[in-house]
Amino acid sequence: MHISNGIINGPVAAIFAALALAALAFCVLRGRADLDDRLAPMAGLVAAFIFAVQMLNFPIFTAGVSGHLLGGALAALLVGPWVGALCVAVVLIVQALVFGDGGVAMLGLNITNMALLGTAAAYLLIALLLRVLPRTPAGLAVTAFVSALVSVVVASQGFVLQYWLGGTTDLGGNLTGLAGTMAFAHLLIGIGEGLITATTVVTVAKVRPDLVYALRALKPATPAPAVPVAGGAR
Amino acid sequence: MSKRHWPFLLGGLLVALLLAGVVSNYASSHPDGLDSSLLKGCTVNADDEITGGSCPAQQAKDHELADSPLADYGVRGIGNDFLSTGLSGVLGVLLTFALGGGLFWLARRRGPATPAGPAGPDTTTASADPADDAATPSTGTR
Repeated sequence: MHISNGIINGPVAAIFAALALAALAFCVLRGRADLDDRLAPMAGLVAAFIFAVQMLNFPIFTAGVSGHLLGGALAALLVGPWVGALCVAVVLIVQALVFGDGGVAMLGLNITNMALLGTAAAYLLIALLLRVLPRTPAGLAVTAFVSALVSVVVASQGFVLQYWLGGTTDLGGNLTGLAGTMAFAHLLIGIGEGLITATTVVTVAKVRPDLVYALRALKPATPAPAVPVAGGAR
Repeated sequence: MSKRHWPFLLGGLLVALLLAGVVSNYASSHPDGLDSSLLKGCTVNADDEITGGSCPAQQAKDHELADSPLADYGVRGIGNDFLSTGLSGVLGVLLTFALGGGLFWLARRRGPATPAGPAGPDTTTASADPADDAATPSTGTR
């Protein structure tokens, strides 16, 4: 889901670059509370794993269209929302600067969609679902699947917003057409994202449950102050 | 304490290297959801190249670093596609792990470990009380 150069105009790309930079700085500030000697190498592994799986484009049911993991939900589950967003951002930076994937000028837009929006949407759902679902492998799998699926659709609509602000082709008012096409394609991609995320997280939880951030941080009955959703649900 | 994590890290890294180094060759080469959405209005041939019509994707410009030695997930100079893709994947995994792991290591919180999460101190106090209550009577009965 990487935006290529020329798709969004320069000024809008620059605004999102500044926005993404500020958000990433905030993630570093908040993420440091989570980042200890144990989480730091784990976060490096999560970034490397997401890079690897992003190379694996899988076909979706629509002919001639593929999709790949974005990784926001996976990162949020394994290393938390702040460090997780930074993991996805590291992947996108390496891809843009070394592999020619996603324009360098478009980096702020891509980070906003996949690293920030995707991870934020995923973690809000993770925080909610892990509290209401049973603490079983099935409960964790459903949490991972649903949060991953929704995060991909949210990220795709981030692009639609950006295209509305600075798309280089006049769609003749047919932005809803683009929104619909993007949402449908990414609903299907989200199923793949959900399956990969659930499989990976359930496997890690089976081998080393202590390495799954969401299981450590989100105790069933304890309301976490960082998540407003829990307060609202009460 | 952190020593126990190395087997997991090495195992995870091995899986990532295998996925990027080998499995990546079986990935679909069709445009992804975003690219295909931008192709709406255009006709494409079997190689997914635009053959006619009008669509947003036609505005796409070349990547700034299209000449990078690893551009488009291949190693320049290696003719064998399988090897080229696989090697670029392996290099990417190692680079991402080194860069990400390095930056996270530099940014990590130093000093004595505290329980995870900003609610750390509160939770400890709350859970310490019942533990004390439970411990006191048991020592008393002895």
